[in-house]
Amino acid sequence: MLKVIQNRREQGYRTTKYPEEPINLYSRYRGLPTVHQDCDQELAHRCAEDCPQQAIDADRMIIDLGRCTFCGQCEIQSDGKFVTFSNNFELGTTTREALLTSGSLPALAEHSKKHFKSLFGRSLQLRQISAGGCNSCEADTNVLGTPFFDLQRFGIDFVASPRHADGIHVTGPISNNMKAAVLSTWEAVPAPKVVIASGCCSISGGPFYGSKDIVGDLNSLIPVDLYIPGCPPHPLTTLHALLQFFK
Amino acid sequence: MDNLLLIQNGQAVSRNDIPDLNFSVFQQVVLEFVLRDGFVVQFFAYENEQGALKLLAVLRSGVNLYVTGCSLADEYPSLTSECEKFHMFEREVAEQFGVRPKDHPWLKMVRYHENYRGKEDVFGNDYSQDIPGNYPYFTVEGDAIHEVAVGPVHAGIIEPGHFRFQCAGEEVFSLEIQLGYQHRGAEKLLEQAGQPLLRLPVIAESIAGDTAIGHSLCHSQAIEALAGLEVDEGSKIVRTIALELERIANHIGDLGALSGDVAFNPPLNYFGRIRGEFLNLTLIMAGNRFGKGLVRPGGIAFPVLEEQRRIMLEKITDETPGITNVCDLLFSAHTVLARFDHTGTVSHSVAEKLGLVGYAGRACGLAYDARINFPTEAYDSVQANSNQRTTGDVYSRANVRREEIMHSLRAIPELLVKGVDAEPVPVPGSYTLAPDSFVVTVNEAWRGEVSHCLLTDKDGAILRYKVKDPSFHNWTGLAMSLRNQGISDFPLCNKSFNLSYCGFDL
Ligand code: SF4
Repeated sequence: MLKVIQNRREQGYRTTKYPEEPINLYSRYRGLPTVHQDCDQELAHRCAEDCPQQAIDADRMIIDLGRCTFCGQCEIQSDGKFVTFSNNFELGTTTREALLTSGSLPALAEHSKKHFKSLFGRSLQLRQISAGGCNSCEADTNVLGTPFFDLQRFGIDFVASPRHADGIHVTGPISNNMKAAVLSTWEAVPAPKVVIASGCCSISGGPFYGSKDIVGDLNSLIPVDLYIPGCPPHPLTTLHALLQFFK
Repeated sequence: MDNLLLIQNGQAVSRNDIPDLNFSVFQQVVLEFVLRDGFVVQFFAYENEQGALKLLAVLRSGVNLYVTGCSLADEYPSLTSECEKFHMFEREVAEQFGVRPKDHPWLKMVRYHENYRGKEDVFGNDYSQDIPGNYPYFTVEGDAIHEVAVGPVHAGIIEPGHFRFQCAGEEVFSLEIQLGYQHRGAEKLLEQAGQPLLRLPVIAESIAGDTAIGHSLCHSQAIEALAGLEVDEGSKIVRTIALELERIANHIGDLGALSGDVAFNPPLNYFGRIRGEFLNLTLIMAGNRFGKGLVRPGGIAFPVLEEQRRIMLEKITDETPGITNVCDLLFSAHTVLARFDHTGTVSHSVAEKLGLVGYAGRACGLAYDARINFPTEAYDSVQANSNQRTTGDVYSRANVRREEIMHSLRAIPELLVKGVDAEPVPVPGSYTLAPDSFVVTVNEAWRGEVSHCLLTDKDGAILRYKVKDPSFHNWTGLAMSLRNQGISDFPLCNKSFNLSYCGFDL
């Protein structure tokens, strides 16, 4: 018992003040990029050609954040002349198109569906489905339950049964072998229900694009309401998206 | 040993030097080797340029690594019937290439996908149907017997898999684990013809995201061997640190989760937070909490400068006493010990027969640690770790992890004071691979032995890319740990192994 008390004292109170107070991630974290429109076209095309995710459209000078894994290669390769990644982790969007960007995303709160806010603003229960995920999206969603983030203080929780859920949160490129399970889990959630695609895999297939063993795009199966990009999305990216979209 | 070629971890050899035996000799050589303290690192088939089917085995014994091969017919006498270590490998070969191992005691699908050669399916599955496919689960008959089916979607934020228990009351007689739900076709994608090499590191680090460093090290070392890329000492140290940070973060998270599974919540919460600190340290280096983007063929993509080095040293110094104390809290709580002790025991002999690796193996007294036996990167300068208790139960698996955390916490500062100066690598992919070559890489990732194996054709294109995650060996260990256990101990046993679904499913 003494040890319990002693450890409790040592560990202290660690929950973040976010969103009341801003949080600054370390400068190396790669969040929202800015594509420099004045960049030399040739350099932009070279970055596009070498992007492992084929996420760069050099003609339109945009990056598809639904495909990008934020590997940072294009920034290194162009020495920051084509693109620089900021440490802004607020990346969630309500449409697939909005993820094709040169550096600004629409304010999420204004674009979220109003009825979701009134229905789920005070209490939101989600069923998580890992559908071919590599377990990094899953892991960085799971940490929202740890004392630092403490997701439950916002009335948001992940639940075991789809029957108890208000929506699904899907990670992974939807392997063919999980397609049936994703659909039946979704069907088991009572309407009205919300669908969240988390991580570049569920948005575009991510690193596995082109594989014949995956569906590669959740939206082609079920209409997606909220996109959370990243490989994986930082926990704060998910937290921000959930709060903006539902609160 | 003419029939076995001695090879070095991460060094390419010519494919011509690999013995090409006839099957019966191959079978005899391989079985003899493995039954005499040998272990299987890789065992897989591939089609050569002429369309002939070949089988390769990479074997280890002590600090030696060997390869041998043979031609493979559409049917062959199973090795598993004589040696359990081949069990999953033979099933995998059957699934991937439509080859039948005759008298295999437990021939069923591994991941549920069509074979690569368009041959008739060995398991009689119709792949136009969604999983679960056509296979009977092992059943136990009797009045008092009941069956429990769990998954694929589980109650929590966790990957999918199906578990089928045969029980009498609370007691589990048999647990059968069917995976494959996470299958993304990773190997096929890695060997896709004409695809730029620079896509490969991104795929490799997503084979199992919690082992991003482990898999990307195996990948990078293989490409470095085939492309003749030199890696400087600084990069090697950074890569070693990254692998150890990955180990610490995962072990700490699991110790917390184990504590939660026995309803002792303080360590669950403390370790949950502390695990995050180590993921954040990886972000300090890589810009990503799982280290994605850091390891690239030829070295590292981001340098570790004085600032990052200082932050890491300070954080580790700050957190170490707290980790020590929370470990002490966990391992001295009677309620915890009562649940960890003698639960989910896998005996030394079963572990050896199955060829368990990593902490699951070490907790049963199989001391093998690839960091010691086949050191890569900067591991020859890291002191070996040893384990105090190896009785094969949940307690041992937890205690081995505790020891490994403390070991890594000592190793990282020692590595950090060495020179970590390294030139970041330029854009990957601007190199070509040696033709007609073979390479195998082995690293001790946090769960155990990860291995990648590459074969190139006469033009230096990748002919076969074989990946093995440690979970491929260890899932059977979890099934064995449940024999004659209460079914309510399943979550605890499961977490003590904490195996990868996607690493297994590829
Ligand atoms: S950061 Fe994104 S856009 Fe840039 S190279 Fe990597 S995947 Fe492509």
